[in-house]
Amino acid sequence: MTTLAQTLSDSATVTRRNLIKVKRVPDLIVFATLSPIMFVVLFRYVFGGAIGGLPEGISYAEFLLPGIFAQTVVFGSTITGASLADDLQKGLIDRFRSLPMSRSAVLIGRTVADAGLNVISIAVMALTGLVVGWRINSSIGEAVAGFLVLLVFAYAVSWLMAVVGLLVRTPEVVNNASFIVIFPLTFIANTFVPLETFPAVLRTFAEWNPVSAVVQAARELFGNWPPSYPVPDVWALQNPVLYTLIWSAIILAVFVPLSVRLYQRTSTR
Amino acid sequence: MTDAIVVEGLVKRFGATTALDGVDLTVAEGTVLGLLGPNGAGKTTVVRILTTLLQPDAGRVQVAGVDVLRDPDAVRSSIGLTGQYAAVDEYLTGTENLEMVGRLYRLGKREARERARELLERFDLTAAADRPAKTYSGGMRRRLDIAASLIARPRIVFLDEPTTGLDPRSRLAMWEFIADLATGGTTVLLTTQYLEEADRLADRMVVIDRGRVIARGTADELKAQVGGQRLELTLASAGDLVPAAERLRPLGTDEPHLDDSTRRLSLPVSGGMDVIAEAVRRLDGTGVEVLDLALRRPDLDDVFLTLTGHAAEEEPAGTEGDRTPAATGGAPR
Repeated sequence: MTTLAQTLSDSATVTRRNLIKVKRVPDLIVFATLSPIMFVVLFRYVFGGAIGGLPEGISYAEFLLPGIFAQTVVFGSTITGASLADDLQKGLIDRFRSLPMSRSAVLIGRTVADAGLNVISIAVMALTGLVVGWRINSSIGEAVAGFLVLLVFAYAVSWLMAVVGLLVRTPEVVNNASFIVIFPLTFIANTFVPLETFPAVLRTFAEWNPVSAVVQAARELFGNWPPSYPVPDVWALQNPVLYTLIWSAIILAVFVPLSVRLYQRTSTR
Repeated sequence: MTDAIVVEGLVKRFGATTALDGVDLTVAEGTVLGLLGPNGAGKTTVVRILTTLLQPDAGRVQVAGVDVLRDPDAVRSSIGLTGQYAAVDEYLTGTENLEMVGRLYRLGKREARERARELLERFDLTAAADRPAKTYSGGMRRRLDIAASLIARPRIVFLDEPTTGLDPRSRLAMWEFIADLATGGTTVLLTTQYLEEADRLADRMVVIDRGRVIARGTADELKAQVGGQRLELTLASAGDLVPAAERLRPLGTDEPHLDDSTRRLSLPVSGGMDVIAEAVRRLDGTGVEVLDLALRRPDLDDVFLTLTGHAAEEEPAGTEGDRTPAATGGAPR
């Protein structure tokens, strides 16, 4: 086998292992499905009536869903870090590192499985969204592109979380640490409310926050943003797909090599 | 006979701590080496370097004829590792765990499945094969862990404290598996704190303490270093140790060893049962209350105590309870 074929085959083996785990750990399923459903329903009905300044002709359900998608998949990426920390704690990473397998397969298998989990989350949220009034008002191609933008960005964040997991080494700490970062990152954005309502400093941050671009891209691709309605005059939001892809590429370029390097040196102590 | 493992001048530092300070050892193909030492002696560090998990700071390490630093992947193909914790995925079943590891050793699908079945059978796990490992007992997890390390029939197997934390019955079962492995021609490097375990399984032993080799040889060679049998007494009161030692000294071939914390007196002697009779006679009427009195052949615990000045299970710092009469001012002299 060539090196590439070996890496793919090993990664597939690890992915399968991680997906079996999804099937058997109720917590993961709950995290991946129930909490997004709860978010969709709560935001739709608790805040829905109070949030103004929405683009004309767009309901809050339509405005909200792309935001919830983005928040959920970014949070979903933290599973990568927590799971790697868990494997490290339980000595599984040592076992993998003592095997003649590809040096990147554990990380690839992990991130791919977590992307799979994100696909499940999005599917569940989309169905819930349809029930509470969300609609896709664009072509199938654009809608698929919308989902892909969300998943690509989340996949990149997974590699960032892999580095966190390998450095922090305790699943609980990974969860807490990422919560502290990801909660503001997904809230100081256009996720749940229009940016016009933000105070100036937060607004600048929110405009350049990649999460805002992801949400804006998804809104436009799902047809949840009227084409004629003005987008804040910021390059990041004027070109949300490109801005998202640039961020994803930068995150991957930095954190893929870094996490593979860390993986090779790390070990249970 | 060729050497499966050759280690020369191995040094490993963690920050300011020197974990290994020039360790040399060789393991002949098809033999079992027991690597002995107290907690923190450096046993696990040696295993981690030999299994490519850790890079040494200095020294030469050859496993299965391959330099570990030059071609770690070739080394990984010839070894199996069972660490201190049972490294099994608790959400996977026994079969799934073994098949996964088999696939990652690059066995074909069918071969991995076949080997998994064989090993589950051999390690008495067939009944639990389709249950998640989470439901296994500690002993079963260890067995599954060892089975995983054997799936690709490695030439060399590393077992890092394979029986730590197991109940006595599981430990006996584990010993049988390890003995079978050696009989089958696999080279085994076994670390342990249990001297009985090494005595039973290992062809040769290397004793390390604080990152250095302090003794090596067969069990008999090591025992010969501490000499013959001992008279051992446990007293009701630690205060009686010194007077008792005073009374018994003439029976000994060497200085008595006293331990306040266990209220134990140990005296190297020669001769048989008459030594016991004489000891009882000598203590009679002195008011020394004896709880236990026995004649003991040396075991590896004695070897360890003699070589390191502290018992195998203790931390190096925990030696204050030990004293010899000489160290307390030579009172019994």
